[in-house]
Amino acid sequence: MSIAPFPTTRRSVIVALASADVAERARAFDTLLACYWKPLYKYARVAFRRTREDAEDLTQGFFVRAFEKESLAGYDAAKASFRTFLRLLFDRHAANEWKAGQRLKRGGGEVHLDFDAAEVEIGREAATSVTPEKYFQREWVRSVFALAVERLRARCSETQFAVFEAYDLDDDRAVSYRELAERFGVSEVKVTNDLSAARRKFREIVLDALREVTATEQEFRAEASALLGIPR
Amino acid sequence: MTWLSDDAVARLRDVAEQPDLSGTRYELVREVGRGGMGVVYEAWDRELDRAVAMKVCSVILGDVDRLRREARIVARLEHPGIVPVHDVGVLADGRLYYTMKLVRGARLDEWVRAGRSRTDVLRLFARLCEAVAFAHANGVVHRDLKPENIMVGEFGAVLVMDWGVARAADHAEERVIVGTAGYMAPEQARGEESDARSDVYALGAILLFLLRQSSERVPRPLAAICLRAMAVEGSERYADARLLGEDVLQHLDGLPVSAYRENIAERGVRWLGRHRALVALVVAYLLMRAIVLLWTHR
Repeated sequence: MSIAPFPTTRRSVIVALASADVAERARAFDTLLACYWKPLYKYARVAFRRTREDAEDLTQGFFVRAFEKESLAGYDAAKASFRTFLRLLFDRHAANEWKAGQRLKRGGGEVHLDFDAAEVEIGREAATSVTPEKYFQREWVRSVFALAVERLRARCSETQFAVFEAYDLDDDRAVSYRELAERFGVSEVKVTNDLSAARRKFREIVLDALREVTATEQEFRAEASALLGIPR
Repeated sequence: MTWLSDDAVARLRDVAEQPDLSGTRYELVREVGRGGMGVVYEAWDRELDRAVAMKVCSVILGDVDRLRREARIVARLEHPGIVPVHDVGVLADGRLYYTMKLVRGARLDEWVRAGRSRTDVLRLFARLCEAVAFAHANGVVHRDLKPENIMVGEFGAVLVMDWGVARAADHAEERVIVGTAGYMAPEQARGEESDARSDVYALGAILLFLLRQSSERVPRPLAAICLRAMAVEGSERYADARLLGEDVLQHLDGLPVSAYRENIAERGVRWLGRHRALVALVVAYLLMRAIVLLWTHR
C-alpha cells in the first residue's frame, strides 16, 4: 500500500470502507492513511513518549490490522466522530500490544510510511503541554492542511502556488505584494489575483477533503468547526 | 510533504474562513466579531468611499436562508435605533453576505462600566426600549437582547444589533431554544413560542444589569419595573417594550410608575422632589415672613 493524495470525488471514504468492492475499499483506506498516519505516529511519540521503534511498529501494525480485519468499517457516526473513533481504536491497539509484549513482524501487509519525515517534523515543533487528545487534534489539523497544500500545488499554476506559499505558508510575514511582484516578475495586480485564486482553491480543497473523511453532515460540521477553530 | 509551522496553520485557518471579496466593490479591512452563523468584518466600500460592516455567512456553520432572512428583517426596520442594511449579495466563493452601517462606539456593557450617571443610563435605556418597540410594532421579536448585542455610538445613539435569531410574525419556524442564559425568558428556555413579552423580559434583565453597575441604592419604583418586566409569567409583564420604556421615563420625570404602588409618605417625598424649586420658593417666602414678623414684634 502507498499513500495517495485525496481523491477528487466527494464521496465519504468512511462509507466506502464498508464497500463490498475491494478496490474501492483500498482507495478509501489509502485516503484515511494519508490523513491520519502522521497524527497517530506523533501521538504515540510525543503524547505517550514511545520510542521511535515502538511508535513505528504501533502505527504500521495498527493500519495493517485495521485494513486486514476491516475494523474501521465498524464505525458508528451516531456515537463519535471518526477521528475520535480512530484514536480510541489506536489506544486499544497500543494497550493490547503492550500487554502482549510483542511487536508486529514486518513484511506481508506492510504500509510504507515516511517516519524520517515525521521525526524531522517532531524535531521542529515547539514543546507542548496539552493533553494527548488536544495534541492529536492539533496534529490532525496540521496533517489535513498539509495534504490540502500538496493537492493545491497540483491544481495551481506555478506562479499561483509560489505566491500562496510565500504569502501564506512562509513565516516571514514582512513580505509585501510589491516584493512578491518583483520576485516573480509580475504585476502587483497579478500577485493579488493569484493569491485570491489560490486561497479560493485551497478553501475548496480543504472542505472537499473534510467531506471525504467524515460520514455525515453533522460530523462534517463538527469536524470543520474543529479544523477551522470556529466556535459552535 | 510541506511541513507547516503553528503560525502557518493559524494563517491557513484564517485563509479558509476569510471571505473572497473579488468581484465586489468591497475590500476587507479586519474582523470585528463572530458568532455561530457568520463573521462580521469591517470592509471598505470603494464606490461610496466609506467603511461598512459586512456580515458573511460562515463557510461551514452558516445558514444561508437564515442570514438572508436576518438581512430582510433588519432592512424593513428603518429606525435610528436599528442598524441599517445597505446591500445583500453572494461572494465569489458562494457565501452570502450583507453590509450594514459600521457602528463606532462601545458595547452597552463596556459603555456602562465607564461610569455613567443614573439619569444617563435610564435615558439610554428608554431609547433602547423605543427601538425594540418599533420592531415589535412591525411584528419582529429580537429574541436575543443582551448588553453585548447593543451598541452605544460615539454620540450616544443606541443601536440594537445581531438580529440573527429574530422572528418575524409572518414567518413560521420550528421551535428551537434561542437566546442567552440570564436574559432569556422562561418560555424561551422551555423552547416554547416567544413573543414581544420575551423581549420585555430581556430588557428587564438588561435594566437590572445596568442598575447593578452602580453602588447607588436602586429606588423601589425602578426595582419594581425590573420585577414586572422579568415576571415569570408573560401575562404579568409589560405588554410590550413601549410600555416598559414609558414607565422608566415616568420615573425619570418624577411621576408615579405603573409597576409600583407607593404609600402616602413616598408620594409626598416624590412630590417634594419633583417640585423642588416651588418648595424652595415657598420655604424662602415663609422664612422671610417669619423674619419680618419677628422684626416688627420686637
